[in-house]
Amino acid sequence: MKKKIISLVSVALLLFSLAACGEGGNGGDAQSINVYNWGEYIDQSVLDDFEAETGIKVNYTTYASNEEMYSKIVSGAASYDVIIPSEYMISKMISEDLLHELNFDNIPNYKYIGEEYRGLSYDPEEKYSVPYTWGTVVIVYNTKYVDEEDVADESINLLWNEKYAGNILMFDNPRDAFALAHIKLGHSMNTTNPEDWYEAAEELKKQKPIVQAYVMDQIFDKMLNEEAYIAAYYAGDAMTMMDENENLAAYVPREGANMFFDSMCVLKSSRNKEAAEKFINFMCETEIAVRNAEEVWYAIPHTAAYEALDPEQSEDPLVYPPKEVLDKCEVFINLNKETLVLQSELWINLKTQY
Amino acid sequence: MSKTVTIGNKKATVSPFASWMTVFVLVPMALVVYYAFTNADGAFTFENLKWIYTYRSTMFLSLRLAFIATVICLLLAYPIAYSMSRAGEKIQRNATLIIMLPMWMNFLVRTYSWMTILENNGLINSALRSIFGLFGGEFDGFQLINNRGAIVLGMVYNFLPYMILPIYTSLTKIDNSLLEAARDLGSNGFHVFKRVILPLSIPGIISGITMVFIPSISTFIISRILGGGKDFLIGDLIEDYFLGNSGVVNYNIGAALSMVLMILILIATFFMNHFDKDAKTSGGGRI
Repeated sequence: MKKKIISLVSVALLLFSLAACGEGGNGGDAQSINVYNWGEYIDQSVLDDFEAETGIKVNYTTYASNEEMYSKIVSGAASYDVIIPSEYMISKMISEDLLHELNFDNIPNYKYIGEEYRGLSYDPEEKYSVPYTWGTVVIVYNTKYVDEEDVADESINLLWNEKYAGNILMFDNPRDAFALAHIKLGHSMNTTNPEDWYEAAEELKKQKPIVQAYVMDQIFDKMLNEEAYIAAYYAGDAMTMMDENENLAAYVPREGANMFFDSMCVLKSSRNKEAAEKFINFMCETEIAVRNAEEVWYAIPHTAAYEALDPEQSEDPLVYPPKEVLDKCEVFINLNKETLVLQSELWINLKTQY
Repeated sequence: MSKTVTIGNKKATVSPFASWMTVFVLVPMALVVYYAFTNADGAFTFENLKWIYTYRSTMFLSLRLAFIATVICLLLAYPIAYSMSRAGEKIQRNATLIIMLPMWMNFLVRTYSWMTILENNGLINSALRSIFGLFGGEFDGFQLINNRGAIVLGMVYNFLPYMILPIYTSLTKIDNSLLEAARDLGSNGFHVFKRVILPLSIPGIISGITMVFIPSISTFIISRILGGGKDFLIGDLIEDYFLGNSGVVNYNIGAALSMVLMILILIATFFMNHFDKDAKTSGGGRI
């Protein structure tokens, strides 16, 4: 009898501890929220201010790609309240009924969001998301090693220039990498024509021997230490790099680039929606938005904060590209299932061709 | 009366371990097998197994690199372990500490630090460049990173302690009187090593090989950090299918590939254990 009780108790304990793990940091506590954001994408001191002002504790964690965030959420491995995905991921998550319809009574600061950033195609009825930042993909290069004549035409072809073999960095995620190949070929980056994808895959295969490495956040190290000379990356991060190494310069390729909108959303599974909305509202307070923008250097949709920014930032043509540049840029839309499967196969194929 | 109590206690002490194993080992393994033989709708299928064939070259590359890393570890570890086991007690203690020391640091940090050492502007190439500079020479630097060699180096560096420690332990367990006896009976140094020391250290070698080969074949982060993310190893492929970094999450294909890995490891362990037993009995026979 005794042994039975002991084994029962141990099993019960085990299950209990498992259940506790499943709760994650949430714990059902009304006074804490879990925020899940891209890496290097916030002024951390803003979080402390939020905690001090509202008494709501913020558990802050980061991810490296939309896909990583998505799979973590659908696997149910952890519960989050606020997430900041890009537009195509938002439309995918809306279509899968993962996002909570925001109560804008709790987000009065939404009034600051500029007209042109509202009701965009990924959330046409302005129900699920509050724009956080936006920007484009740019090509960063080191002026010390890259000849002026090679960048004079501001072309995407720099990423395929064999003169710089072994010194080029590429995105280590297929959506961004394929977008660059599509631009080079003059395709839409949202094409669903398999032929276009095969051609793009050929371009990436051709490029692979001259690529030094496929990276995401490691790009900072490699570009700052002048380990690599050329890379494509997100504008705000490029600005941060250029700030730290004066030899770096960047341009939006004349053929076009991806333009992205990252927006704050609340998950349907959140047990703390009101606190999550409070957090979103707090991030849209003018003073907070200014501080955050000064740290991350991405473009902001917040009109009042934009006015308050140092002109050095608000007039930078890489952060806020002029209209004729933006007209050439394209926003990702969520690809259909067949195209995603093809993209995945082609990407794995690229990585398993030895 | 007293007997039943002892048995009861024994079972009671085993039960936490048994439940731990059930929840964290058996259930996950059963889940891997379940996913490997079902499709997205949960219906039974062999379809996922065809991917094993599709990715055979990835499998072979992983096997090859893990094999090379294991051989290098063994060649490095044996002499180190041997000289440690022959040294004085204080040296033995300090040497063990030095070997363990890097393991107190996070695996990722250790691997990242190799990036700083091997890069074109890293420690080695910068040092060589300044030496060449002293003589007025030009030096372009060696390509030390973002290739297969760097991946193998990462494996060897990270897993070497797992080879040294078991060999060292088995060597220290050898009774000195056996060596003296062999000498008395006319064996020279080499002969003592070949006939007495080596056979008696085989259990250590076996567990060392297992402990290096298994993490090497399943690693995924080393190839990304030191290999430049250009070539997938089997671990990268499995991670990709489970996390959906390429745009599609597919637990079924991921599980099928993991299952192959599990089977490979099981086979390896089986052979190793078999070999181990042989070594033990023959060793015992000689004594």
